[in-house]
Amino acid sequence: MADRLFKSINARGLRGAVKGSEYKKEALISYGILVIGYILLQLGAMTGLIGHNLQGQFVPICVYISLAISLNLVVGISGELSLGHAGFMAVGAFTGIVITRVLENSIEFGPLRLIIAILAAAVMAAIAGFIIGIPILGLRGDYLAIVTLAFGEIVRNIMNVLYFGLDNNGHLKFAFNHTIEGIDTSQRVITGAIGATGVTKLATFTGAAILTAFTLFVVLNLKNSKQGRAIMAIRDNRIAGESIGLDVKKYKLMAFVVSASLAGMAGCMFGQNYSTLAPVKFNFNTSVLILVFVVLGGIGNIWGGMIAAALLTVLPEALRQFADYRMLTYAVVLILVMIGTYNPAIRARITAFVNKIKPKKKDKGKEKTGKEAA
Amino acid sequence: MGSVLTVRDINVYYGAIHAIKGISFDVNKGEIVTLIGANGAGKSTTLHTVSGLLRSRTGDIEFLGSSIARTPAHKIVSKGISHVPEGRRIFQGMTVEENLQMGAFVAKPERIAHNLEYVYEQFPRLKERTKQIAGTLSGGEQQMLAMGRALMSDPRLLMLDEPSMGLAPILVDQIFEIIQNLHKAGTTILLVEQNAQMALSVADRAYVIETGRITLSGTGEELARSDEVRKAYLGG
Repeated sequence: MADRLFKSINARGLRGAVKGSEYKKEALISYGILVIGYILLQLGAMTGLIGHNLQGQFVPICVYISLAISLNLVVGISGELSLGHAGFMAVGAFTGIVITRVLENSIEFGPLRLIIAILAAAVMAAIAGFIIGIPILGLRGDYLAIVTLAFGEIVRNIMNVLYFGLDNNGHLKFAFNHTIEGIDTSQRVITGAIGATGVTKLATFTGAAILTAFTLFVVLNLKNSKQGRAIMAIRDNRIAGESIGLDVKKYKLMAFVVSASLAGMAGCMFGQNYSTLAPVKFNFNTSVLILVFVVLGGIGNIWGGMIAAALLTVLPEALRQFADYRMLTYAVVLILVMIGTYNPAIRARITAFVNKIKPKKKDKGKEKTGKEAA
Repeated sequence: MGSVLTVRDINVYYGAIHAIKGISFDVNKGEIVTLIGANGAGKSTTLHTVSGLLRSRTGDIEFLGSSIARTPAHKIVSKGISHVPEGRRIFQGMTVEENLQMGAFVAKPERIAHNLEYVYEQFPRLKERTKQIAGTLSGGEQQMLAMGRALMSDPRLLMLDEPSMGLAPILVDQIFEIIQNLHKAGTTILLVEQNAQMALSVADRAYVIETGRITLSGTGEELARSDEVRKAYLGG
């Protein structure tokens, strides 16, 4: 169903190969980065070239890449500025933690528990995205940004006062104050502002990489489906979109909810990577951080955002002693990139430089296709 | 010659501003009907109301015998009304052909190839530029693209909002020639224009709108000859 319109035209040979090859190129680069990155990091870890500290960043790298991909769906493809991505991440993370704890005794097999938790996180985050999306998608631009910002803060503040615990029968109970009836402190799962403690870590690098691949798969396929085309058409020109019969709210909501759901899944993986997790982790800074990945990688450019996410997650870790200046670094990098990409003079230099090295690349491409043909 | 569109006593408000004050008109099958009037008279507002982007507080809008006054905008296109909005709203970043494909979003898949052929037949200029990015087209070509895109959904009624706006006289002539060609091919057209002379020369029937009310109506010829219209809109 999804691609019926364009397939039927393809069948008649009327549609050029241009868009198809663009999609293949984008998919190839994106999956390629993921696979090569995964192999390199695994090799590095096995050979001991990558230290323990950095190995601890493998899951967060995957999570942030996923978040960058899913936020790109809203910011790049749908063209709306969202500053509440960490909010959906938080919904997913704490849903996951509660679910895995509840299932701890009934399902022994860790990965299965993780999968169930991720699915639950996806559903909860999607519901949150839907609830927040319905009233706000009539808003545009700055107003949407402000409301999503507020949403992120609301989630964090709710988590600050929310207490979950298991009673003696293994039933889940929650309250908005310190004491939950019939539960002593040792059986708390989530403790307000302190967050979750004693989490059994279920996240693995491989699991996180698979989740990233799944996120990539969903976003790339949505982008290149009939629905994705509609979403981008509305971004390009809302009035023209309305005039050809597109349901603007429906498509905006679709992008927003899918993005939220994927962020929830990434958040769940994130939560399973630490034994303790406080709500403060999901503050405004984190939302901005994810937005920085997207902007730095080029808005709408999926694989650009992936690279940016990976680099900016590793960088502060590699420069641990300067960690206090982390946000400052981001700000400076962001400013430099913006000046760089929007300054015609600098742009011309970059283009000239790219043109200089381009012929070599083309030769390589030819060699490759030659090999494939052989 | 059945009625395609019947608009009865619509009243449209922008907040407190009463923009359309009880307008009624109809469009019959195969006709070109034009609404002429000065800036701010309510012509575009009327089209927006028909295509569901605005709502009338009273009255009714009937299309092919059923009321569409409460139908959401995105469903009206699939019912058979195509609206070419004012100011050439094309998808700038897409190619000409992709723009046309988007126009067929609500069309039956098996009709798309046929419609595309038909549009290229009507607009040979677009056929020469299928792979060109739409934003790089000239103003006239963009207008043609917007019209072509509207035709992709198999419309029973084509609504054109100021197709001549901002175009050189020679392009205006071309656009109107195309409108007449579409008319000959059997398309029913509701045309909104400030260029009253051109509009009246192609129209079967015309309505003059002034500050939200219809003040005159008749055949295109009658209105072109009428003293009031000549004084007000045709420059003497």
